[in-house]
Amino acid sequence: MTAPLSLANLTAHYGTTKVLDDLSLDVGEGELVSLLGASGCGKTTTLRLIAGFLVPTAGTIHLGETDLTRLPAHRRNIGLVFQNYALFPHLSVLDNVAFGLKQRGMASAARAERARAMLARVGLTPLEERLPGELSGGQRQRVALARALVIEPPLLMFDEPLSNLDAKLRVDMRVEIRQLQRANNTTAVFVTHDQEEAFSISDRVAIMDAGRIRQFDAPETLYQRPANAFVARFVGFENLIALEARRREGAIVHAEGPGGISVALDQDRLGAIPDRFTLATRPDGLRVTAQPEAEGIPASLGLRTYLGRAYHYQAETPAGHLVASGPLSRPLQSGDQARLVPEAEQCCILPEGEI
Amino acid sequence: MTGRLSPVLIGFAVLVYAFLMGPLIIVIGAALSDTTFLTFPPQGLSLRWFERIFEIGAFRRTMVTSFQVATLATICALIVGIPAAYALNRYRVQLPGWLSTLFVLPVLVPEIVLGFSLLRSIQVGAGFPVFSTLLIGHTLLVLPYCVRVISASLASFDFSIEEAAISLGSPKWKTFFTIVLPNVRSGVIAAFILAFITSINDVSVALFLTGPGISTLPIQILAHVEQFFDPVIASVSVLLMVLTVAVMAVVERTLGLTFLTK
Repeated sequence: MTAPLSLANLTAHYGTTKVLDDLSLDVGEGELVSLLGASGCGKTTTLRLIAGFLVPTAGTIHLGETDLTRLPAHRRNIGLVFQNYALFPHLSVLDNVAFGLKQRGMASAARAERARAMLARVGLTPLEERLPGELSGGQRQRVALARALVIEPPLLMFDEPLSNLDAKLRVDMRVEIRQLQRANNTTAVFVTHDQEEAFSISDRVAIMDAGRIRQFDAPETLYQRPANAFVARFVGFENLIALEARRREGAIVHAEGPGGISVALDQDRLGAIPDRFTLATRPDGLRVTAQPEAEGIPASLGLRTYLGRAYHYQAETPAGHLVASGPLSRPLQSGDQARLVPEAEQCCILPEGEI
Repeated sequence: MTGRLSPVLIGFAVLVYAFLMGPLIIVIGAALSDTTFLTFPPQGLSLRWFERIFEIGAFRRTMVTSFQVATLATICALIVGIPAAYALNRYRVQLPGWLSTLFVLPVLVPEIVLGFSLLRSIQVGAGFPVFSTLLIGHTLLVLPYCVRVISASLASFDFSIEEAAISLGSPKWKTFFTIVLPNVRSGVIAAFILAFITSINDVSVALFLTGPGISTLPIQILAHVEQFFDPVIASVSVLLMVLTVAVMAVVERTLGLTFLTK
């Protein structure tokens, strides 16, 4: 029992503030999609709209053939896992899990059996008589997961479910969530502000900002080929440099920027390069060299920081403040003049004006 | 910590307890006295002043009235107060701040003034019968306590629990009874007890609102003391205490148990 989710032109307001702006998103059957962004970007609002706790000012929500837009929350049949678990404090673990089945009018014996089977799947059988207050954080999250899964919903939603757990448990739990979601082939929406979490667990990730989706792609694509400056910065392309292509020799493009910036870029590795563009690099994609190379970005080095595998340098350049990296073998000093040379693996090309 | 309690501390604690318990002991003692005047320590033990209560019709009637008014006013205040406290907490962000202050205002108004204004407005003005006026007055008197106490226990309630229940298929109204209420049970019990005691002990509001044929027990005690000085006052006080404790016990038991088995 699974269904695709389709959000079309959703707009939402809190009072007069627009918190979601014409958002459209399609989640395929059995797919896990993360909504990723800083707090206030609209990701939780989107989840609450789908769950039915908020009503959109415009747009529609469809789950399979069903129009959810105006359906009351309790009839939407969505499994929800909350950040703070939201277990019923006065009910035992078993009754917590059986709660949804009870609402569906299932007989007492049958629902106990189903709930027990679900508890066995999350490894909590010995704890079925406990109250939520007597469980650890990880155990509570498993109960919350079992409670959402036992109703066999066509859609599962997670609202920052791991942020209250410690680092080790967080990694274990996300694997567990992914496995259960895969095994049931349930469509899932996962809300988080943690980039690693979103990228590791999802089929596709929607990066959100100011009530809009800035890019919706597979994690690999987002990480290597961001579509705009916002996403580029979000995934660690800290240096953005506006350039113009001057000469093309086969796949190699010679580009220039202000103040004597001159770089050679390989289209075979970076994709097609237009005449005007923005080069985005991670600190590791901008190599510091003291050699008098013809190409590169002239820079005056500032603070040096040690990162174990390399040094990072704060650098003042004609393209503004950049962060570059250099090898451990030849540390340079603050105040040294150097050139910064982009390395194709940690670079990407953005359209003109994205800076 | 292995330190011994200091004798000064023990002495102080004994004094505090003596101060708190003293009047109770004196009243109970006086109620058991065999004499025809109030005295302590009791001279001779007897229950005749307890029998005497029931021989005086006014005590019988006012005791019934007091319990009826206290029970009904408390229930009315809870019926209004629980949803009010719920709304004030659930929609705290959306609601203006003065709204919750509104529910505390009656506490600030001297009870004498409340009694007088109710007398003017609903008894004389709107021509309500005495019992109804008394009930309305006491409901208003105890409502702030209900809202405050239940709000306090709702303040620590996580409303995402309510959303979890709704997402699992429980309609909102049903969720209120199966999820919200059981989790503020202790607040409701505390509010009930506080409201009941406030109502049954009230003199100032009742002073204005009692009328021909209908009075409450504290008013009757006051009237009796003005004329007589016999131990029946002590015994009726003891009876009032015992009955109040009994009501509390019943409330604790029933509310406590029914919510636990749900």
